[in-house]
Amino acid sequence: MNILFQLGTAREALDVSMTRVRGGTGGTSPPVEEPPTRSKEDGSRPGHLRRIRADRVLLIIAVPGLAYFLFFHYGALFGNVLAFQDFVPFLGLSGSEWVGLAHFERMFGDPEFWNAVKNTLVIAALQLVFFFPAPLALALLLNSIVGDTIRRFVQSVVYLPHFLSWVIVVALFQQMLGGAGVVNGWLSDLGMGGISVIGNPDAYGPLVIAQLIWKECGWATIIFLAALSQVDEQQYEAAALDGAGWGRRLWHVTLPAIRPVIALLLVLRLGEFLSIGFEQFFLQRQSVGPETGEVLETFVYFTGFASGDFGYAAAVGLFKGVIGVALIYTANKVAHRLGEQGVYQR
Amino acid sequence: MSRTGTPAWMGRPTPAVRAAKAVALTVVVLLVIFPLWTVVATSLASPQNVIENGGWVIWPEDFSFGAYTEILQGGIITRALLVSTAITVVGTALSLTCTIGLAYTLSRPKVYGGKPLLLLVLFTFLFPPGMVPLFLVVQSAGLFDQYAALILPFLVNVFNLVVMRGFFQSIPSELIDAARIDGAGEFAILRKIVLPLSKAVIAVIGLFYAVAYWNRFFEAIIYFNDQTKWPIGTVLRQYVTGGASLAETSGELATASPQSVQMAVVMLATLPIVCVYPFVQRYFVKGVVTGALKA
Repeated sequence: MNILFQLGTAREALDVSMTRVRGGTGGTSPPVEEPPTRSKEDGSRPGHLRRIRADRVLLIIAVPGLAYFLFFHYGALFGNVLAFQDFVPFLGLSGSEWVGLAHFERMFGDPEFWNAVKNTLVIAALQLVFFFPAPLALALLLNSIVGDTIRRFVQSVVYLPHFLSWVIVVALFQQMLGGAGVVNGWLSDLGMGGISVIGNPDAYGPLVIAQLIWKECGWATIIFLAALSQVDEQQYEAAALDGAGWGRRLWHVTLPAIRPVIALLLVLRLGEFLSIGFEQFFLQRQSVGPETGEVLETFVYFTGFASGDFGYAAAVGLFKGVIGVALIYTANKVAHRLGEQGVYQR
Repeated sequence: MSRTGTPAWMGRPTPAVRAAKAVALTVVVLLVIFPLWTVVATSLASPQNVIENGGWVIWPEDFSFGAYTEILQGGIITRALLVSTAITVVGTALSLTCTIGLAYTLSRPKVYGGKPLLLLVLFTFLFPPGMVPLFLVVQSAGLFDQYAALILPFLVNVFNLVVMRGFFQSIPSELIDAARIDGAGEFAILRKIVLPLSKAVIAVIGLFYAVAYWNRFFEAIIYFNDQTKWPIGTVLRQYVTGGASLAETSGELATASPQSVQMAVVMLATLPIVCVYPFVQRYFVKGVVTGALKA
């Protein structure tokens, strides 16, 4: 897939949406719904009605997709009002009582919430430190393979886990590292004591990072490989003529050349710092218990769906969403200050 | 980019460097393949073989398809596989249709209302719907215990839409203008010119949608009270990671060990992806090249 493409367009996406956020100009409703007030204008500026008629085929084929976004995304956006309600499913949004900021007050005094925040931050930091550089290292290794056949084969293999579901990945790790798993079988054959990884709270952080690296590291190399293929071959040649060895070429040619991509990805990652994923943690929370395994998204799930405390759960979800937008915004400010092109341009 | 040999400036790597690289690559490949291999091996091993080995097998000494016949002779897993297949096929078709329609309209430079509509769509990227509000929307749409609850809330993915739109924008406008002069309507242009040129991106985006539908398991937990409607991912979660035993639903497990059955379920959930992947993978390269050229 074209990740560069995605990134370029993601940048564009953020660019426009950030202007909206900052400008604060409301009214996202499409002008398609506006009444055709200027339908009698001259031919150089055709009226709304005439333009709608001219584009009718295009507008009609866009309707199913637009309806989806309006109903599910904007509907859910509006649904966030239940964060300010004492929501009773039977009464619905219109019948439930308004409670103002009560859910947020409760949230700030809730030790379980702060425990989820702490766990989320710890895992996010581990992801940043250990997962972020891994694809870069793998991409450098892949890029240094001269043989096309071997490289394609390794790429095919390492991309594959990206397409497996978290259920399968978790099952595979249990099969490998569980108490009766393959690795423990080997260790006991060698006469050594077993290792306790699955269900061990102390090993939970390293375990979830290892799972993430196994699943996504290969796929994440695509963007780095694309950037590496753009590095000017002549610079390598010149550096080699000047007597630069493998290490110095890496440090003085390769890394500076792909620095913008690294910076951009780092900014994107920082902007999504809290988005550590849901399914992976949902699947394994029980195995280590909420003390270690509860992250913000699982907290929302278990508060809302297991305890039926919908209003409070929505408040926590909304809180996380708002912090997320603020993080993307701040990360971009920092990127600009560092002189790098951020996710959106000024 | 294809490189036929080592460039002169690179010099010949020393044997030690080459050996280190070979070892590193082998380790990486084995780390990915080995866990999947033990799943295949364990699912195909005979019950005795599995018991003697202590629950897993690396090289089956005698083969047995007992685990597969066990779970495919009807019952909850057979049904779950059918549900997942149907959801994946129908969902991917609907998603591609809606994504292509919206992406094509948004890719035309002067379409009426194009800019605000684009903003409307892209804003959702910044603020994705929360779990609880989305749940209420799905509930209010009356989608409880409906298979549509696994499709409609995920109909269009903003990223896929943006990639598709970018691809449509890269199609030379001369082609489209020429067709229009020849009297082709917008729909004919899309069908006869744009879509045939976009096979690569449609294949890749189609794979992304299909994989997402096939792998989806969480939504069935919150939207379905009726467990017989569960897709394979949800069933797999119940039996593999949820600690429940398959023996309860599959009856007598005389022909296969429970471990083999569990691994066979993992296999069946993985196999469709592994089968389709090589056919679409060649398009990744094409897509990356197009993307890199555009960037």
